[in-house]
Amino acid sequence: MARTTTTGRRTGGFPYLLVLPAVLLFAAFVVAPGGYALLLSFQRRKVNGGLLGGGTHTVFAGLANYRDVLGDSDLWSGVLRMLALGAVTVPATVLFALLFAVLLDLERTRLKRFTRLTIFLPYAVPGVIASLMWGFLYLPATSPIGGDQVDFFGQVAVYFSVGNVAVWGAVGFNMIVIYTALRALPAELFESARLDGASERQIVLRIKVPMVMPAVVMCTLFTVLAALQVFNEPNTLKPLSNAVSSTWVPLMKIYDDAFGNSDIYSAAATSVVLTAAALTVSFVTARIVQSRVQQEAA
Amino acid sequence: MTATAGTSAPPRDRTAHAPAARRPRRIAVLPTTALVLGALYCVVPTLWILIAATKSRTKLFSTDTYTPSLDLGIVDNIRDLSNYQGGIFWHWMLNSFFYAAVGGLLASFVSAATGYALAKYEFRGRSALFNTILAGVLLPQIVLAVPQYLLLSKAGLTDSLIGVLLPQLFNPYGIYLCKIYAQSAVPDSLLEAGRIDGAGEGRLFLSVGLRLMGPGLVTVFLLQFIAIWNNFLLPYVMLTSDDKFPLTVGLYSLLRHGAAEASLYSLVITGTLLSVLPVIALFLSMQRFWRIDLVTGALK
Repeated sequence: MARTTTTGRRTGGFPYLLVLPAVLLFAAFVVAPGGYALLLSFQRRKVNGGLLGGGTHTVFAGLANYRDVLGDSDLWSGVLRMLALGAVTVPATVLFALLFAVLLDLERTRLKRFTRLTIFLPYAVPGVIASLMWGFLYLPATSPIGGDQVDFFGQVAVYFSVGNVAVWGAVGFNMIVIYTALRALPAELFESARLDGASERQIVLRIKVPMVMPAVVMCTLFTVLAALQVFNEPNTLKPLSNAVSSTWVPLMKIYDDAFGNSDIYSAAATSVVLTAAALTVSFVTARIVQSRVQQEAA
Repeated sequence: MTATAGTSAPPRDRTAHAPAARRPRRIAVLPTTALVLGALYCVVPTLWILIAATKSRTKLFSTDTYTPSLDLGIVDNIRDLSNYQGGIFWHWMLNSFFYAAVGGLLASFVSAATGYALAKYEFRGRSALFNTILAGVLLPQIVLAVPQYLLLSKAGLTDSLIGVLLPQLFNPYGIYLCKIYAQSAVPDSLLEAGRIDGAGEGRLFLSVGLRLMGPGLVTVFLLQFIAIWNNFLLPYVMLTSDDKFPLTVGLYSLLRHGAAEASLYSLVITGTLLSVLPVIALFLSMQRFWRIDLVTGALK
């Protein structure tokens, strides 16, 4: 079979060699774990009968694990918390990123280099470390921001406290992405609008923001994806406060099933459900986003 | 698009007839203030941790929180941390660098090879592969950590370097970026000229493709370096022996012990500070190599 380059030459098996590592890694660490989780999700452990026959064996369980998982109120309250958290983190991250990017792009703004860099830096701080830092800021015994008067782990406050850590870590990177897109816009676009008497605010709202929508949309997509998989922040704050339970968000529930309760079958079923849900959400978001962008372009 | 380094100010594209940047007259006070407030918000936790790390154990909970302690508590704290379990903290630090650097390098190479193949060759299954990779970008990778653990524990590969490194080498977004970059940075004509000169495909990839993709690859490497550096759940589930922990897992385990033993809090605080500083330094020194325009340009 002749395989050709874009200009029509024989290249033999070389392209296959190039893609082989990625294909193998994909098979071994995405497809295989997914398949294995699927397999486990249809099984469960059964204790052998008999007084001294203390062994267990796995049996086919059909959809029983899924029934249990979907009927588990812990999972659903976790999903609700994740959604509440996402309702804080996604808009806050994207809007602040857009706001800072636009402000950085204004000609008369000062201290650009310093502020840009400082807002970007938390990106290099792992979520766990960020949660440790903020955790000590929230903790009544060490808090310099009034943790002895305000309960940062209160029933409602805890969502803002956890969400704040996520926003802190994500705003900078998204800001840079949007800012870079803004800088790539041709200047004559604004020059002529300015000549026509458009104010700086109008230029931002009517020209700049619509034109960097693709970048904003991509930031939204990645922030949504991160929100669905939230784990590090609540898990790290858990030792500091009773407000965060061990099944606080779905991913913590999976961890708790697998390692706390040693029930890998439930953990597998929950993983399958969460992966499917997350994939659906991100696909739908990507779709909506794509059609929006195309509409804007049309 | 012109080369625009991510964190340094890229020049605005100006056409020749546009007036050369009229120096603005007034400072925009409100926007500048907003940005300074944002910067303050971002820097406060780090500053506080810096101050807290200067305090000895007893003072941490007793003295005014914003006043640093000048009695060299930080020296004691660093010494205590270095002595904790035979200096295991520095092990964690090295492990984190090792995982992030080696994983980042290997992942970039895998991404480069795949992206280059997708951009420069026609081959059977190419579009199926590309679509799979696009879907992979949307895959919730962190959720996979527990299934990956379940599978690797079946194969007896947990609690090993392999168990932490290998699952992080497949980076669909990196492959996507490499494909886009290879398309624009590696001209077909150059490859053709090489072929006429008798260069093999492998040689062309290594000496022409990789070299021309260099600037894009630095960004792919840095993105993956940070992703691995920041990763918690995968090493957390995979590793049981604490001398293999990266910083994130190590400090978390320290915090958990600290919940029972408050004296460990000052160790956690000092460790947090020491873990933030090197990567910030690395970042600042690498900032002119960032090409974040790639990240957005990729969508167009």
